Formats: sequence, structure tokens, C-alpha cells
Amino acid sequence: MILLPNITLSPSRVDQLLVWILQGLAAFAGILVLLIVGFLMLEAFPAVRQIGFLSFFSDASWHPVEGFYNVMAMVWGSLLAMLGAVLLATPLGICSAVFCHFYAPTWFVEPYRKLIELLAGIPSVVYGLWGLVVLVPLIGQLHPPGPSLLAGISILTIMILPTIALMADASLAKVPSVYLRGAIALGLSRWTTIRCIIIPAATSGLSTGIILGIGRAIGETMAMLMVCGNVVQVPTNLFDPMRTLTANIALEMAYAVEDHRAALFFTGFLLLGVVIVMVLAVDYIKQRHTYA
Amino acid sequence: MGGGTLVEAKDVLGMSARSTSRFQPWGPFEERSACCEPHPLIRAEKLSLYYGNTPAFEGVSWSIYQGCLTALVGPSGSGKTSFLTCLNRLTDLIPGCRVIGELSLGDLNVFAEQTDVLQLRRQVGMIFQKPNPFPLSIRKNLELPLREYGIIDRGRTDHLIEQTLNDVGLWREVQDRLDVPALRLSGGQQQRLCIARALILSPQVLLMDEPCSALDPLSSGVVEDLIARLRGQYTVVIVTHNLAQARRIADYASLFWVHDGVGQLIEEGPVSQIFETPQHDLTAAYISGVRG
Repeated sequence: MILLPNITLSPSRVDQLLVWILQGLAAFAGILVLLIVGFLMLEAFPAVRQIGFLSFFSDASWHPVEGFYNVMAMVWGSLLAMLGAVLLATPLGICSAVFCHFYAPTWFVEPYRKLIELLAGIPSVVYGLWGLVVLVPLIGQLHPPGPSLLAGISILTIMILPTIALMADASLAKVPSVYLRGAIALGLSRWTTIRCIIIPAATSGLSTGIILGIGRAIGETMAMLMVCGNVVQVPTNLFDPMRTLTANIALEMAYAVEDHRAALFFTGFLLLGVVIVMVLAVDYIKQRHTYA
Repeated sequence: MGGGTLVEAKDVLGMSARSTSRFQPWGPFEERSACCEPHPLIRAEKLSLYYGNTPAFEGVSWSIYQGCLTALVGPSGSGKTSFLTCLNRLTDLIPGCRVIGELSLGDLNVFAEQTDVLQLRRQVGMIFQKPNPFPLSIRKNLELPLREYGIIDRGRTDHLIEQTLNDVGLWREVQDRLDVPALRLSGGQQQRLCIARALILSPQVLLMDEPCSALDPLSSGVVEDLIARLRGQYTVVIVTHNLAQARRIADYASLFWVHDGVGQLIEEGPVSQIFETPQHDLTAAYISGVRG
């Protein structure tokens, strides 16, 4: 069956039916996203009207009971934890994939890959629990109080590492072997081949991995809630406790009413905005550095 | 990449550091000597190659002369390309590939344990059937091998790039767009860029595996003229299915044939002998189009 956007070359009835079904399913997926965004906007709108858009960024603090709604501390909390985790997990993940493809002994590769896949499958609450009983006390010994930005970054790094590593692994595997043969025939060393040819050729897949990592890091709620301390403040160093946007919603949604409730929806909306900006940024970098 | 390759590449990596110190300035000949004083450069002595237990070709004894253009012709599966890949030990990449017999390049034993493979491949460039420029800019494609061998001075690399692109007749076509992706060039231009990439390291031998067969007739003609111009300056070994091409450009030719699934060298000699007074019945049949 050959389909062009407006022409169905195969005139059969079954074919037409299939087209309708596919169009319906595609429309459903698209509308779902729009509905969610619309719902968020609808629920957040009272907040913007009652409290005022600028209040979210200029109020004295986040004290919803007293009517203060500054979310910047939590925006910074989310951003810093995510950036720290992505900066750590990206080189680790790419190194892991490069090791898998070019340096690891053959017998080692499959078990190693399975381990990374297992790491990706561990529920976040388990990471949070481990962070709470092991990591936080450790950091507390190093520099009190313990629950901190550093704990959040560490947990997030471990959580998004497998995502980035597996995506990098898949994208390295897709690099055409002719590049490799060409490099070897030129007598290039393995390190030069990886650094100058394979990695640039895999940029597109690598950045997709980073985007997924960003999405997972910024959206993570439970583990962050358990290890970060949840104090609403802009962390000034790695050992300061802080609260993320997601943890804020989870903590307060249960008892929030009226303006407070709408303000929480507004933070959800903000979260979406942050993710979109990060994805566009990575896309932009990707386009500038792809030669393929 | 197979298991054998990894071990190989690991050894090779250590060698690359050493190799600069004992680099022998072989390079192309300063002057274009008259090609055809038969001075053997490559000698194969009862050379056989096995993939696992399946022989690709057996018992090839043959000399290839310095500065000449030598064509390998014959039907598919007769071991021509396998023979070619022995010359730069690209056979190392294939797991389970065994080579028996002697192969020497000058006074270098190609398959000896202590042979520096990176150094060998620097001396023996290879052009593949499908043009395989790296997914980088035109300039970076040529800079990469130079940098690998320690030529990093910008003035020197720019000079070499211009000179080599001139040699392959590409300079005027690309001089004002050296920084565009190489993959945007046409097929014929890509293939000439690949030839330039091999030539920029001043190799002694150039291996070509059907370099024109993926190109349109016009580009094919341009590349063929370029290959013909390399005669005398480099020792060129070319696999081709195009008998007319072999006859037009080669000084020497050899016919490979399949006997019971095993490749063999049937006849070799000056092009005039192979095409005008073949000694072997199969050669006569093949070049006249009766067989093969």
C-alpha cells in the first residue's frame, strides 16, 4: 500500500477504513495533549486572575496561607537539581555506552546492558527510600543537615543515568559501519575514531537521550520529596535543603483550596514550560552540531 | 566490531604513540617514474584466506609492481575484495578470519605479529565502493587524518588540504564551502573527497574496491580519470567489474575465478596480455563475455 498525504493509491474499502482508524487514533493522541494543557490552564487561570501573574515571581515568599505565592525558590530548586543531575549523568551515560561498544570484552557486554536496564526499571520510591536511610545520613555526617540539594542531585543522577546510557547505546549502535571501516582504513586510533567520528555521527540519538533525562529529572517527585528536605528557599550551596516544584505540588495538594489550589496548578503549568524550553534548547544545539 | 578487532585496536592504540618516532618517510614518489619497470612492491606467496573454515581464496602467489595500476577482475565471490583487504589488514575486523601464507609490502611482513597496523594503514590507503566521507565538514574530513599524525599547524594543514583537493580536482568546486557538511556533496565529489582523504597522508599504496560502481556514468568518468592520473605516483590496486575500465586504465591485470566455491588466481600479467593474448581459456572466455 502506498499512501501519499492526499492520495490513496490503493482504492480498496479496507484500506479506507484503516486510514480512518489511524487518523482517529492520531487525533486522539494529539487531542489528549491539548486537553491536558487546556485543563492545566483552566485550573491555573483563577490564580493568575486573583493573585496576578507577577506575584508568582515578586512576592516576598511562598506562604499560601498568608497569601504569598513566590515560586522562584522552587523553580531554582527544580532547575538546579535537574541541571546538576544532567551534567553528571550525561558524561557518565555516554562513557558507559562507549565502553559497552568499543572497550568491553564481548562476554561482559550483555550482562552489563541487562544491569543498566534493571537500573532503569527500579521504582523511584525505592531510590528515595535508599536515599533517605543511606545517602542523607552520609551527607549529614559530611555537612549537616543532610537532606539537601546534593542528595537530590545524587539520586536524580542515578535515576536518569540508565535512560541516557541506554539511549546512547542505541544511537552508537546505529552509526553506519562504513564510517568505522573508513576510519580504520585510514589508520585512525580508536579514541580519535570515537571522539571525532562516532560521537558526532550519533549526536541526534545522544541528545534525545539527554532530553528524556531532562524530562525524567524535572518531573521526578517522590524521591526528591524524600531526600531534599523540602524547605522553601533558594539553595546557596550543595548542602542546603530545598524544595522542587513537583514536591511542592505533592506536599500541598491534599489540603490546598481556592487560590492556593490554583497556584499549585500554576506551578504545574510552569513545570511544563520549563521542560518545553529545555527540549527546544537541546534541539537547537543538536541542529547546530549535526552534519549528517 | 567483532571481538578480535577490539583486542587488535587495543594493541594498536599503544603502538600509535610509538609510531611517530620511527615513522619512515616512504610516501609517494617525488617524481613520476615510468611505471613499468617491473619492480615488485607487494608480494603474495601461497596466500589463502579463510572465514572460519570457509576459504575465500586459496594459494595466491603474485607480485604487484611499484607505481603501477593493477586491476583485479573476475566474477563475484572469487575473492578479489578479500585479497584487497589483506593488503591493509582490514581482515582483522572480521571475527574468525584466518590468513595463511606470506604477504609482504616492500620488506614489511604484513601479517607478522610485530607489524604496526596503524603505520601499515597509513601507507596503504583504501577507497570503498560506496563513498564514505565522515559526517563532518569537508575541511574536517581532511584535517582529521592529519591531526591524528601530529600535523596540527593551521597553515600547514590548510596548505595540504588545498594541495590535495587540487590533486583530486575538487578544489575549484569546494574552495568557498569547505565548512559545509561533506555529505551534501554529490556522489562523485564524495568519492573524490575520500580519495583526497586517503592521499593527504601520502600513502604508498592505494587500494580501491570498485570505486566507480556506485556512481553515475559522468562522475564515474571523472573519478576514473583521477585514478589514471595517480599512476606512477602511487601503487594502485583496483578491484573492478568493469572490464572496459580495467582495460582503459590498468597497466597490469589479474583474473580471479571461483572453483568449487573457492577463489583462485587464474592468470595475471600486463593488460595487453590479459585482454589481447590471454593464456588461459577462462580468461579468454571471461573477457570476451562468454563466461562470467
